[in-house]
Amino acid sequence: MLRLIFKKLGLLVPTFIGVTLTSFFFIRLLPGDPILLLAGERGVSPERYNELMVQFGYDKPVWEQYLSYLGNLFQGDLGVSIVTKQPVLQEFMTLFPATVELSICAIIFAVVVGLPAGIIAAVKRGKTLDHTVMTTALVGYSMPIFWWGLLLIIFFSGILGWTPVSGRISLLYWIEPVTGFMLIDTLLADEPGAFASAVSHLILPTVVLGTIPLAVIARQTRSAMLEVLDEDYVRTARAKGLSNFRVIGIHALRNALIPVITIIGLQIGVLFAGAILTESIFSWPGIGKWMVDSIFRRDYPVVQGGLLMIAAIVMIVNLIVDLMYGLINPKIRHTE
Amino acid sequence: MSLKKSLLLGGSLFAAAVVAGPVMAKTLVYCSEGSPEGFTPSLYTAGTTFDASSRQIYNKLVEFKPGTTEIVPALAESWEVSDDGKEYTFHLRKGVKFHTTKWFTPTRDFNADDVIFSFDRQDNKDNPYHNVSGGTYEYFNAMDMPDLIDSIEKVDDYTVKFKLTRPEAPMIANLAMGFASIQSAEYADAMLNSKETFDQKPVGTGPFQLVAYQKDALIRYKANPDYWRGKAPLDNLVFAITPDASVRYQKLAAGECHVMAYPNPADLEAMSKDPNITLLQQEGLNVGYLAYNTQQAPFDNPKVRKALNMAINKQAILDAVFQGVGQVAKNPIPPTMWSYNNEVVDDPYDPEAAKAALEAEGVTDLKMKIWAMPVQRPYNPNARRMAELLQADFAKVGVDVEIVTYEWGEYLKRSADEKRDGAVLLGWTGDNGDPDNFLAVLLSCDAVGGSNRAQWCNDEFNELVEKAKQVSDVDERTRLYEEAQVVFKREAPWATIAHSLVSEPISVRVENYKIDPLGGHYFYGVDLK
Repeated sequence: MLRLIFKKLGLLVPTFIGVTLTSFFFIRLLPGDPILLLAGERGVSPERYNELMVQFGYDKPVWEQYLSYLGNLFQGDLGVSIVTKQPVLQEFMTLFPATVELSICAIIFAVVVGLPAGIIAAVKRGKTLDHTVMTTALVGYSMPIFWWGLLLIIFFSGILGWTPVSGRISLLYWIEPVTGFMLIDTLLADEPGAFASAVSHLILPTVVLGTIPLAVIARQTRSAMLEVLDEDYVRTARAKGLSNFRVIGIHALRNALIPVITIIGLQIGVLFAGAILTESIFSWPGIGKWMVDSIFRRDYPVVQGGLLMIAAIVMIVNLIVDLMYGLINPKIRHTE
Repeated sequence: MSLKKSLLLGGSLFAAAVVAGPVMAKTLVYCSEGSPEGFTPSLYTAGTTFDASSRQIYNKLVEFKPGTTEIVPALAESWEVSDDGKEYTFHLRKGVKFHTTKWFTPTRDFNADDVIFSFDRQDNKDNPYHNVSGGTYEYFNAMDMPDLIDSIEKVDDYTVKFKLTRPEAPMIANLAMGFASIQSAEYADAMLNSKETFDQKPVGTGPFQLVAYQKDALIRYKANPDYWRGKAPLDNLVFAITPDASVRYQKLAAGECHVMAYPNPADLEAMSKDPNITLLQQEGLNVGYLAYNTQQAPFDNPKVRKALNMAINKQAILDAVFQGVGQVAKNPIPPTMWSYNNEVVDDPYDPEAAKAALEAEGVTDLKMKIWAMPVQRPYNPNARRMAELLQADFAKVGVDVEIVTYEWGEYLKRSADEKRDGAVLLGWTGDNGDPDNFLAVLLSCDAVGGSNRAQWCNDEFNELVEKAKQVSDVDERTRLYEEAQVVFKREAPWATIAHSLVSEPISVRVENYKIDPLGGHYFYGVDLK
């Protein structure tokens, strides 16, 4: 197992370097110039432009800039935002917990609803229930997030008034960030009602962000279950007289879970992409909107640093998923 | 406490708080469009940043009277200008207190040292704060302050003298801008070991003081109890940062905020019908234009430019692009600005006459490019659509138009090039209400190859504008600018298209809120019913 972990970790190194290369060079390949964008319609004189190029270090050859970026990176320095003049790492750490909190809630929502839905569809294969679940999943999968989010806001917040429109917590509360996770911080703050307010603010963004993963998980679970339900060992289990629940819930599901877990792992990347839109709609102070803004403003250090951190996290999550296969299915552990 | 109990309690507390709103401390929630870049105004250029910093937390020596571009005394009670127009002496207000916050307790009142520090930081490379927070001071540079200011002297604790290298009539208006906010020198001295903190945790003299800020989430302020104009009627002010305009509207409708920034033009009609929303509208201090490249044939011929201007149906553009919310522009400055020349007659919309005029100049089968901006601006909410309408108008007079566009930074760079091919759609929103801020910035000879997108250098116009910069008598300046507008119309370096209306939806509970013609959001003096 340890050898497997080291082997997988070793593979991360070239991926990591690849990410630094692409994040560094791709943003520079895009037309546009951070200094001109800062100046806007007003413009900037050529002398002043050159002064700023020197100040930001953009007067040096690109490869030299890349090497100095790598050098700083190894010292844990992701640079300073051109726009806000704040250290990139500090901004990332302030915003990241909000994205993680929302993503975790969304993936839990997707699994808790998607997994049973997929199992039911498989068991009731070809029946109305199966068709209903699969059609709903297809609709969910095709839903444009922005439209879906606004629709839910208008209906649940605007017309019914059940949920708040946007934000992380009611403005009545001021919760000092300790962990950055609002649900935990509100519990720590012990302010009556704050936790409930945080939960109510999470509902709509969780549903919106979780919709696509939910659809994917439901479809994947259904097809994986269908495959194992035809296997001999399932038939044997039934022949032994085991209850339907034990056959499906334990014998079949455990084997069907492998591809499902792979999909859940891959959904982490999808969640970060979805977070960009979800965060914008719900004024959620996470990294999605921060990244998009930085791309539009060609805030090179933020784009580079943000992409690198996100890539690192996606890689680590996938590593964990790889290792989980072994826990679920001992056969994989032995072949490795 | 169980989750269920806590949910119930939370819900009831929230409901109680909302119902009991009026008897509690008065808190106004403003749904703003984004996070401020920071809290030291001189470091940044975005209006969002000035809303959150210079307009609430700080004061300047002079300020704009709310809802106007008229200059009124602020931290300077009065001032004198020397006869040669090169010395400005400011007499400072006494008894002005800086904010007492969790991070700093001032021991003295505002005085001349604070004024000196605030400008010295931007001007003097040896000032210990000059390079802090990546200091680039774009506005200070853009207003040409490094060349303009010869020295700033402290005459005594309550008198400062600005010595200029040349007479500059717009100087006072410049000092009302965000970058000229006055910060505490005492606080700066106290923070020498942690200079970044000085920029992140502001201490000003303004009507509101910062309590807390969470990036992309919210900013909390409370009223400054010792404010020298008197404490604000509001007790607390909250900026709920809400990037999407549709969501801001939903929040306003749901009562989650009282004032919202930048509504979608498409939502205005629905807002005006909502009994809980008051839709305020005012002429913005802006102009949207099409700038020909006057250095290239056939656009170097004023008669050709005039003919093309006659081919443009501006009213149709106003209706389609601005949803009718604005007015057709005939001058390069907006009608609300002093010295606007209403005597100027606009080129009439007359495609037949335009075609004949083009033919008379020997221009047939003309092919040209029109540049459409890739971004939305108050002075041009949809440049692509505008370009298409211009294309159709020009086709009627036999001119074949190709529409081009670039990424925004690239667009700004390439459109400034003197050798640029084609006419450029662009615009301007005023910084300080002075006509110089439009006419010199956008049309002077010095700005050719930069913000003068028409690449137009006309000696007669340039002399008038230069002269107006150097006399301090407002009547004389008005006369000069009026004349400059006549020259502009005769020479037609641009097709002036529209001045848009600024719309601000507010809750009916909000009282005394005034739209700022310069596009800012001020909350001092605002109250809640």
